[in-house]
Amino acid sequence: MDVVCSSRPLWAVLVSMIAAFLILATGEKNRNIRESWTIIAALIKFLIVASMIPLILQGKVIEYTLFTFYPGICLQFRVDAFGMMFGIVASSLWIATSFYSIGYVRSLNEHAQTRYFFAFAMCLSSAIGIAFSANLLTLLIFYEILTIATYPLVAHKETPEAIIGGRKYLVYTLVAGCVLLFAIAMTYYLTGTLDFKAGGFIGEGRGSNGILILLFIMFILGFGVKAGIMPMHEWLPTAMVAPTPVSALLHAVAVVKAGVFGCLRVILYVFGPNLLHDLGLWILLAYFISITVVGAGFLALGQDHLKRRLAFSTINNLAIIILGAILLTKSSMTGGIIHLANHAFMKITLFFCAGAIYVKTHKEYVSQLDGVGRQMPMTMGAFAIGALGLSGLPPINGFISKWFLCLGALEAKQIVFLFVFLTSAMLDAAFFFPIIYNSFFKKLPAGIVPHFDEAPMLMVIPITITALLSIVFGIAPDAFVRFFSIASLAVQNILGAG
Amino acid sequence: MAEQFPALIIVVPLIAAFFIPVIGWWKKQLCYPWVVAVLVVTFISSLGIINTIMTTGKFSYRLGGWAPPWGIEYALDYLNAFVLVIVSFISLMVAVYSKKSVEDELPEKTAPFYTLFLLLVAGLLGIVVTGDVFNLFVFLEISSLSCYALIAIGEEGAPIASFNYVIMGTIGACFYLLGVGYLYIATGSLNMADLAVILPNMYHSKIILVAFAFFTVGVMVKGAVFPLHIWMPDAYSTAPSAVSALIAPLMTKVAAYVMIRIMFTIFQPRFSVETVPVMTVLGWLSFIAIFAGGIKALAQTDLKKMLVYILVAEVGYIVMGVSVANKIGLTGAILHILNDAFMMACLFLVVGAISYRIGTRDIHKLHNLNKIMPFTMGAFTITALSMAGIPPACGFFSKWYLILGTIEAGQWAFAAALLCSSLINAVLFFRVIECAYFKPMEPAYANDGGETHMVQRDEAPLTMLVPIVIMAAGIILLGIFSGNIISSIIQFAVPASF
Repeated sequence: MDVVCSSRPLWAVLVSMIAAFLILATGEKNRNIRESWTIIAALIKFLIVASMIPLILQGKVIEYTLFTFYPGICLQFRVDAFGMMFGIVASSLWIATSFYSIGYVRSLNEHAQTRYFFAFAMCLSSAIGIAFSANLLTLLIFYEILTIATYPLVAHKETPEAIIGGRKYLVYTLVAGCVLLFAIAMTYYLTGTLDFKAGGFIGEGRGSNGILILLFIMFILGFGVKAGIMPMHEWLPTAMVAPTPVSALLHAVAVVKAGVFGCLRVILYVFGPNLLHDLGLWILLAYFISITVVGAGFLALGQDHLKRRLAFSTINNLAIIILGAILLTKSSMTGGIIHLANHAFMKITLFFCAGAIYVKTHKEYVSQLDGVGRQMPMTMGAFAIGALGLSGLPPINGFISKWFLCLGALEAKQIVFLFVFLTSAMLDAAFFFPIIYNSFFKKLPAGIVPHFDEAPMLMVIPITITALLSIVFGIAPDAFVRFFSIASLAVQNILGAG
Repeated sequence: MAEQFPALIIVVPLIAAFFIPVIGWWKKQLCYPWVVAVLVVTFISSLGIINTIMTTGKFSYRLGGWAPPWGIEYALDYLNAFVLVIVSFISLMVAVYSKKSVEDELPEKTAPFYTLFLLLVAGLLGIVVTGDVFNLFVFLEISSLSCYALIAIGEEGAPIASFNYVIMGTIGACFYLLGVGYLYIATGSLNMADLAVILPNMYHSKIILVAFAFFTVGVMVKGAVFPLHIWMPDAYSTAPSAVSALIAPLMTKVAAYVMIRIMFTIFQPRFSVETVPVMTVLGWLSFIAIFAGGIKALAQTDLKKMLVYILVAEVGYIVMGVSVANKIGLTGAILHILNDAFMMACLFLVVGAISYRIGTRDIHKLHNLNKIMPFTMGAFTITALSMAGIPPACGFFSKWYLILGTIEAGQWAFAAALLCSSLINAVLFFRVIECAYFKPMEPAYANDGGETHMVQRDEAPLTMLVPIVIMAAGIILLGIFSGNIISSIIQFAVPASF
């Protein structure tokens, strides 16, 4: 594999970190300048990330070593196809979220906006750092920064509920961080290296099977907390007290996706398909994850709070991605990796809609949404697109990923998981369609005349764009940033080496 | 010039200390610049020493021209040059900081305070620089005696606390002296290098065993290693802020240095590790120390007292790194001497600044502190994250090496203790951060007029703020450059026999 040395990955990480400090320095008094830092950084970040796509598609990797900590451990960035996938998703959706955030916090006149934008930029910086990490230690460093940077966002409202949500979030993620630290130290002790390698680097004979199994469990526990694997998902619905753009970007895109990304890195780049087959771990994890897939779907049915329902849908979809990867077949892996991107576009649309409804009507519960579609047709239209996509209907991008995932289940000769995927799609439909039906076809409560009254343009435009992109990627999965080629390339690398 | 630095670094502060009463009698304001100037000289000397060592290797200085083993030798190698830089830098920072806090807390006692301050620093530097076990005792007493007096001039309860410390400290010093006496009887030498040559032939002598036991216990008292730490919480928390900020980071670290010297230079590792089971005992004691310190800290509402108990746990970290007795664990221990010195100094400086401005150290009365003292609280937050082991702050890296060391030694319980301890630290510090940054949650504390009044910014004076900010920046930089520090200094500081 060709290696290109370039500092571009470093700059992709640094640009929003620099912006974060500019935001802090600008402060509350010059709001427009402060917000322009966010926008500028978001655009530059996306351009830097996008500029690396052609090289990745030529099968090259981009490397940049910053420091050496200890022989064999560096703070190193390496952009490969899989990391690129997450990098594009996070950086492109940051642009949409930035505009949306500005509309949201200004409409609601939120307090502590400087802290909010500061923490947001730090989160993005670390998300890109996670995407482009070359080894487990670098990944852990950015993963922990992400944990801390998210905390002020979760507790943003400073109400007792928010503070408790923040505490819960910290307890879950910091414990997970410790477990990961131990697992990574153990890996280093066993192998003397931490560099990701497509197809895995922990060969057999590096330790007894018992130790390797324990190590795998610790990794999955560690990354699984952020990925919301049951029973470690409890923090995610609680954290929905955060402002909606935070939930949107962090809980549908950056934070939880970082967890999933970590899981996939461990499955495909640390242990690798061969070792997992030999140890028989894949089938265990697949069943374990299936519980989350189905369980989260059922739990979502029972939620009346719109954002909590979305949170359970997130848990469900994240588990699908991991299930796709752990089935270890070509199609299932492709489906899982591409669902990482597709789910992000659909789910961010849904969260944006929830936020727009809240800003305009202060309604937070599903039962209050009767007739909202007539008042806010664009928002609810986008909501419908996202919801249909998550249920796997063509021509929205959710269909593509579900198709490959189902194919993968067949390739793995595990018909059970085909039913898991199908059940989950049906559950998605079951908990989303009533919302669509009620908002468009039920009447508003007596006495209120339906009239067109949309959220501010700064919010509606990002919603429309992400919804349209979901359709575009459904019709042409390889459009613009070439998600599909990148995903297949990543799978090729893993299978080629393994 | 360079070969005179070891003498200068002791003689300059020692002589300068005796001028202070005269200066103070003549013009009280001149004491402060005098002390700062003297400590700048020692800091430059320590840099000169480490520079010489890094370019030409270790060297020694013969006091009065007498050749060792008869004369007193100042033996400089990587380990003590490294500790020298830490001691001289931190004491310089604390001296810069001390101006306002001494004016505030000890307006009548400026001259005696600075006299003792310099004597204490001279003692600590002497302990580190000397290559003679008896000379080490002399410096140990210089530092301890000035320390007793400095603590006794603190707030209410300080004299009793200091008295307790005198009793315990004297016992510790006596034990050390007895150890020196036994060694002298057995070998006829006091020079460390000479002892290291003579002793291996006598490892089975009972005298040597007894001497080793006296040394170990004596140093444990001085270094506040659990369970001999009982004098410390009261003594350190009642001392004046500038004194706590000096002794809390340095006394324990210097004692840890002495412990490493005795166990791995004077005695060979094979004696300390194999002949006597001291490492196992120390390891389990530090295991208990980590939990006992953390749990006691959880029970404190006084911020300073909380820090002192955390210090008990931090000493446990270092001793644990020593006790696993392998290269990587010892690297972690030596790195943690540096990191913890920075973190503790920063925390105690912050606490001093808070009590100077707010007049309280009760962690429940700190709300809105982020608006009153944004920079101080920023520094506090960085340090707190470092204590909780969040990268890229330096605390993460020492923990990384310590955990690798415990894994290599096969001590799983120790690794678990280190991980639990960072979680306890996270709880401890986020409790404070939550109080300071967010609105008060408990109604009992929300009696300040409903948050309507504007909080005025009232940052600590510049002489306090500058050292605090430097230390906080140092914590991040030490983390980022920990790899360089290890590869250029610490890997040579670890005794060659590993």
